[in-house]
Amino acid sequence: MADEPLIYENQFNVQGGNFSDAGKVASHIKAILKGFGIPSEAVRKTALVAYESEINIVSYARKGVIHLRLAPDQIVIETIDEGSGIADIELAMQEGYSTATDKIREMGFGAGMGLANIRNFSDIFHISSEPGKGTSLKMIIKWRP
Amino acid sequence: MTETSPIDLSTLVRLLRLQVRSGADRLDRPVRGGYVGDLLSDVMGNSREGDLWITRQVHPNIVAVASLKDLAAIVLVNGSEPAPETLNKAAAEGIPVLLAEESAFAVAGKVYALIAGAVPTAT
Repeated sequence: MADEPLIYENQFNVQGGNFSDAGKVASHIKAILKGFGIPSEAVRKTALVAYESEINIVSYARKGVIHLRLAPDQIVIETIDEGSGIADIELAMQEGYSTATDKIREMGFGAGMGLANIRNFSDIFHISSEPGKGTSLKMIIKWRP
Repeated sequence: MTETSPIDLSTLVRLLRLQVRSGADRLDRPVRGGYVGDLLSDVMGNSREGDLWITRQVHPNIVAVASLKDLAAIVLVNGSEPAPETLNKAAAEGIPVLLAEESAFAVAGKVYALIAGAVPTAT
């Protein structure tokens, strides 16, 4: 991975708790990938995993960073946040499980589907977390058929 | 669902008597199908490009979901007015926001019948 040539690379800051801007980074990433002429199916998959990652940072972290790397055959999205972390990753991955507050749920978030969506729409997905410190995600979407 | 030629938004607006709150200049968009849901991750995971999204959520975050998934439009049901910030975002992103007085059930049934041609019956 380290030696993989890159077409484009960027990173975006996400502020925890700022629901009014939630989705902004994912929209930005989508626009960038469209600009590079990436096939729309791969763009939509990337937009989805970026969006769910962004919502997770907004909902559960103080702040976080989303990295975008565009390689000749794949798109890599990596997120690192400073927040509560996840005590039981296996449980968090289960569809329907959520620790969201009522405030988050009222907006239609916190359905317990975010991480499951990320896993289902990524070709490769890694998650690691340290309770009390934060969570890191890495998603790879292949864009060449 | 039966695959047929898509119907456009302006036809749905006319036939279902929807009110147009945003995106009046984009009603030539084709509607390929529909999805009903109020959980944003459910819609993110299960809706498809060109779908009409029928929901009762009115807050600004619905615009990002519709935009990221390339949905045809958002239909708010039960006469729920969108939040002002929702309309600002919808205008900026070019997402049509439509308003129905009827319930999600009624809107979905009518849209399904129009897109699929007829409601399938058991044989």
